[in-house]
Amino acid sequence: MQSLNRLKESPSQTAGPYVHIGCVPNFCGIEGVYPEDLGTAMVNEKTKGERIRVSGTVYDGTGTPLKDAMIEIWQADADGLYPSPEEHRGTADPNFTGWGRKAGDYGTGEWIFETVKPGAVPFPDGRMMAPHITFWVVARGINIGLQTRMYFPDEADANAKDPILTRIEHQNRVPTLIAQKTGDGAYKFDIILQGENETVFFDV
Amino acid sequence: MSLSNQRPAGGFFARDRGWQPEALTPQYKTSVARSPSRALLSMPQTLSEITGPVFGHNMIGALDNDLILNFAKSGESAIGPRIIVYGRVLDESGRGVPNVLVEFWQANAGGRYRHAKEGYIAPLDPNFGGCGRCITGEDGSYEFRTVQPGPYPWPNRGNDWRPAHIHFSLFGQGFAQRLITQMYFEGDPMIWKCPIVDTVPHSDGIESLIALLDMDSTIPMDARAYKFDMVLRGKRSTLFENKLEGN
Ligand SMILES: [Fe+2]
Repeated sequence: MQSLNRLKESPSQTAGPYVHIGCVPNFCGIEGVYPEDLGTAMVNEKTKGERIRVSGTVYDGTGTPLKDAMIEIWQADADGLYPSPEEHRGTADPNFTGWGRKAGDYGTGEWIFETVKPGAVPFPDGRMMAPHITFWVVARGINIGLQTRMYFPDEADANAKDPILTRIEHQNRVPTLIAQKTGDGAYKFDIILQGENETVFFDV
Repeated sequence: MSLSNQRPAGGFFARDRGWQPEALTPQYKTSVARSPSRALLSMPQTLSEITGPVFGHNMIGALDNDLILNFAKSGESAIGPRIIVYGRVLDESGRGVPNVLVEFWQANAGGRYRHAKEGYIAPLDPNFGGCGRCITGEDGSYEFRTVQPGPYPWPNRGNDWRPAHIHFSLFGQGFAQRLITQMYFEGDPMIWKCPIVDTVPHSDGIESLIALLDMDSTIPMDARAYKFDMVLRGKRSTLFENKLEGN
């Protein structure tokens, strides 16, 4: 028999409590090595689209906020284009990075992203997905990064047709993926790791 | 415009969840309250997962991959056994993955992290910060210089110690390849006593996280070398991929 000669993906290991040292060193007081922490600024004054602020907190199964989590987000620009070489539908806004990285506050666990509202992106079959932001969560005690999505509460029609939201068997869990609007352009998206209101996490 | 095929171009191999650690691993106590209890929801890969940010080589500073010097005062250097860590980032098909942002962090030679929440009695090294980064070359290769980190105790069971290790964060070509892992050192007896290592279900998986001493790459009278390859999810070929009609 021949062999496919495949390798196995490296096993994930927890990011641990000191993930800040490697990923956001300036945040944790290691200054002078990098000019700034990657993923801090997603937009500049020329970025197209509606400015939004997305904040939230990650909670464990006991309802305690995680104060050592690191969150990364990835999203399309205001026109629904990704600033990535794998994006073949057009060129995304050069003044938008699409990617953000934040550590939870040491005291409260809250993180905040300043970004723009993403445009809609097509599903592989051509239907449009509702505007959304992809989240990736790592922390001490999380053995492999958790991926989820944030959708917008002011996109009820698009959400109702979204190919991912509609395929969730337990529709009563869909609200865990929809942010709360807390003000003009301000959204709150808490992530619950475990328990009654556990956020839907994806195996992508 | 219509599509006759649901498969997006350029997706990734399905992640082998039986090879990766479970979320709930009670020997690592913190996982107990931080592990989702419901099944992950499987979903097709879309552009949101296949795409990912790009990091340019020009972003990398001259000392970013030199932990011996990148936090040290002028004319001084970090204390500890000098080592070079090198290897390649491959995908599951064995191809080198270029332009991967590789970030790494570690304790100093005494096992102490430079972090406000770190309480180990071992001293800080004033010349060691503990972070570095680089971007892989066309063949997926990377290298950096550091001091070998020390083992350290941590609050889990009564007397748990981490083996010497370096943390790695990898950005592949798509957000679905995002990975954080740890590298261990050949011959360290602490590896097989560690509840975090033990979250990896297969011993072959654990072995794949152990770097080998490479005397041939060692710089005589200067630094020993350890070789450590890492593997990201494979990329599907586009064989028989149907194109958008009219394209
Ligand atoms: Fe560590």
